[in-house]
Amino acid sequence: MVSLIGASVQFIFSFGLLFEYWKERTSGNGAQFLFDFNISWFEPLHIHYHVGIDGISLAMIMLTAFVVIAGILVSWTQETLYKEFFFLLLILSAGAYGYFISLDLFTLFFFLELAVIPKFMLIGIWGSGKKEYSALKLALMLMAGSALVFVGLIGLYFNTDINGAHSFDLVEISQMHVSTTVQNTFFPLAFIGFGIFTALFPFHTWVPDGHSSAPTAASMFLAGISMKLGGYGCLRVATYLMPDAAHHYAPVIILLSTIAIIYGAFTTMMQKDLKYINAYSSISHCGFVLLGIGMLTQTSITGAVLQMVSHGLMTALFFAAIGMIYSRTHTRLTEQLGGLLKVLPFISTVFVMAGLCSLGLPGLSGFVAEMTIFMGSWQNPDQWYRLATILACASIVVTAVYILRAAGKSVMGPIRNVQYNHLMDAGWNERLAAGILITGIVAIGVAPFWLYNLITPGTEYIIQHVGKAITLK
Amino acid sequence: MTMTMGIDFLVLMKQEWMVIAILFILLFIKVSGDDWQNKNILKLVSILLFINLITGFFWYRNGILFNEMFKTNHLIVTEKNILSLGTFIVSLQSYSWLKNNKQIIEFYLLLLSTLLGMFFMISAGNLLMFYLGLELSSIPLAALANFDLEKRKSGEAAFKFIISSAFASGLLLFGISLVYGTTGTLTLSALSEHLDGSPLQIFAFILLISGFGFKISAVPFHLWTADVYEGSPVTVTSYFSVISKGSVLFVFVTVLYTAFKSYAVTWNHILFILSVLTMVTGNLFAIRQNNLKRFLAFSSISQVGFILIGMSGQSQAGTASVVYFILIYTFSNLGAFGVISLVSAYSGKENMEEYKGFYKTNPRLSWVLAISLFSLAGIPPTAGFFGKFFLLMAGAGQGNYLLITIAALNMVISLYYYLKIIKAIFMDTNENPIDRLLTAPAPKLALIICTTGILLTGFVGYIYEYIFSMSTIF
Repeated sequence: MVSLIGASVQFIFSFGLLFEYWKERTSGNGAQFLFDFNISWFEPLHIHYHVGIDGISLAMIMLTAFVVIAGILVSWTQETLYKEFFFLLLILSAGAYGYFISLDLFTLFFFLELAVIPKFMLIGIWGSGKKEYSALKLALMLMAGSALVFVGLIGLYFNTDINGAHSFDLVEISQMHVSTTVQNTFFPLAFIGFGIFTALFPFHTWVPDGHSSAPTAASMFLAGISMKLGGYGCLRVATYLMPDAAHHYAPVIILLSTIAIIYGAFTTMMQKDLKYINAYSSISHCGFVLLGIGMLTQTSITGAVLQMVSHGLMTALFFAAIGMIYSRTHTRLTEQLGGLLKVLPFISTVFVMAGLCSLGLPGLSGFVAEMTIFMGSWQNPDQWYRLATILACASIVVTAVYILRAAGKSVMGPIRNVQYNHLMDAGWNERLAAGILITGIVAIGVAPFWLYNLITPGTEYIIQHVGKAITLK
Repeated sequence: MTMTMGIDFLVLMKQEWMVIAILFILLFIKVSGDDWQNKNILKLVSILLFINLITGFFWYRNGILFNEMFKTNHLIVTEKNILSLGTFIVSLQSYSWLKNNKQIIEFYLLLLSTLLGMFFMISAGNLLMFYLGLELSSIPLAALANFDLEKRKSGEAAFKFIISSAFASGLLLFGISLVYGTTGTLTLSALSEHLDGSPLQIFAFILLISGFGFKISAVPFHLWTADVYEGSPVTVTSYFSVISKGSVLFVFVTVLYTAFKSYAVTWNHILFILSVLTMVTGNLFAIRQNNLKRFLAFSSISQVGFILIGMSGQSQAGTASVVYFILIYTFSNLGAFGVISLVSAYSGKENMEEYKGFYKTNPRLSWVLAISLFSLAGIPPTAGFFGKFFLLMAGAGQGNYLLITIAALNMVISLYYYLKIIKAIFMDTNENPIDRLLTAPAPKLALIICTTGILLTGFVGYIYEYIFSMSTIF
């Protein structure tokens, strides 16, 4: 109950923040970061607690708020050790919020790691299946990711020179030019480190296990927020602060993300467990995010951010629907399900909507995001990049295949199990949770311009930066 | 003249005088033959140690006594305060173990003698004085290791410790004598000018490093650690791993940065190899342990590896990060040992399997143990995160990114075994878990201090700033 109130307050605050932000922007405040707050933390090392937001972080905060409140609503009926459960969920969300507002790399890293262990506990204690294995795998892979990020950040720190001192401050580092050699050394570390969080191929193996063993709310957090931590880091830290290297390594990023997109899509086709389907499709969808970042055009990066938000909402909705189905039927295998639309009309509709969003139906957020990425990618005239774009586009067909098949098998058709006739449809909390997420998806899908306008100033800064790096060459 | 001299004696050596006073009070109680109840002795000692801790924070003075045999400054006083704090916590934790022990006064006499030895060792401005302090601190420790008189393992631990410790002392003495033979001085501050890099001096230097390596149980000088830690009573083990080790590390830092400043390039390489070996070996062996005391022994070995990285940095950031980390390490390791010693005192269980399902019966103790372990693993928001971060940052200051990468990946390995314990406590089920423990007020207070320290030290940036500002003086 307390956590719901807390989450609602967060939810309302994030809207308040949105309106404040708009007010500031419309009143002509053109600063890069608004609500800047800077306080010294460890002065001898020039470590500050420095936070502030721009459009990109605001979009991510909104996403977090949506997913957190929905996640808490869904786990309303949690009975075993419920205090600990919500405590850990809230620590996780605190990590995510803090991460998105950090403008100091130390603060950012602090929040990034803060969000790892709660996932381990959530999966290990309340999970299902081979939960201990998945939890350990997830925690260790993510920690390895953050270890790489750590080395990358430290390397960056010691090669900065701001008035004769080193600095972790994101704004300060972005205003100076770090030498290209340094960038080329530490960019891969940071990018792969963040990439592990966002299922960069071939470091994606924690995703299916982690998602499938996690309890519903934790899956929603994992896919909805935590994988976005990585994408945001790739963009804000790796690409923004080391633009030369981003340009240098762009082919590798594009190659890996294209592999992830196609590999993810085809692997999904083979899955029978609903959670595995969504987990593998997440790998494919997060590949789009990295593809957008790797293409380094204004539109593609905006698309990447849009995709992060859209995928966060969509996948949270998907996992929520799967969780609702599982808690009633106690199976997630598509073969054993069937005809759920007749007995669980609401849940099935939610499930189908999430699926449609995932395959990019116009009118929902997935379409907007993916369209933007493809358009942005096509702007890049290199023929190999165009090939990657075409391949990525083609994967949508595969997506359609597995989504429609999964939806067809599990919610359409005759009821395969007579016991399903007595199932109860969604309760108030589940309806509310799904409603909140669907609102977000539809709002982006029908009227994408508000989010687009929110993000664009942020991505412009990044593109200017990258542009400078390219012209310097 | 004599007047100021007297005041100097009192003020500069205030912490030593305090410990000596406590020692004498205990001695009087013992000799007078009055029948004191253990409970009252424990209370008295706790209060005295608390006063000792508090007095450490007043009357800071820099100064030198006895022709540089004894020196003190803000940094040294702070280091001693950390040790006093650790001893205070250990003494609180030993409550449940010592409650019915007949030799309680002897225990404290020995414990405080070692503390006194460490104080002299830290304050030593001369290698001879350092050696004297070291011996005063290590011989009573062997007696402490043997304090479970009826257990054979305890005796074995003591014997192993005394032999390896004597061997290390022998190496140190040999090194010291060679240093004296080639330079003609033993004063630390004068030594750096007299070192010219002759082969004999290098040999002496290596002997000294090996001696230190034994005391801080760096690989390959670590072989005594696990057996001694396992055999000794839990309280003594925690004292070994935190306070005894911490004090030697403090001296090690000073000796490297002052006396052997001119060998910086050499010892940077040595520290690189030592730290990698120590981290990796400590971690790999820790994974295979089942007994929690043994496990913590190996985990503390790998922690030393991280500390050595911090040491390889530049002097100010390096010293600051080491001292800061040891403060945090005191909280975290004593927190973990505190819970284990409670469980061991009540049920005699020390194995990982026996901790399965611990959360069901003892949720609070489980959280304390979990927080301590997270802090040892370096997970935010616990203080261990900040400690490790700064250690590695100090190490990276020299541009040694390979070392940092190895260390960062080692943190992942170490996380694995810490998480294994967390898994046993929180996730596994057990048919006969450890009973619900009733914690006496004293150990509870100790655990509260540790937990508060772990949770707050990182957020109070002032603590690090304070240590950093003092780390310039040697």
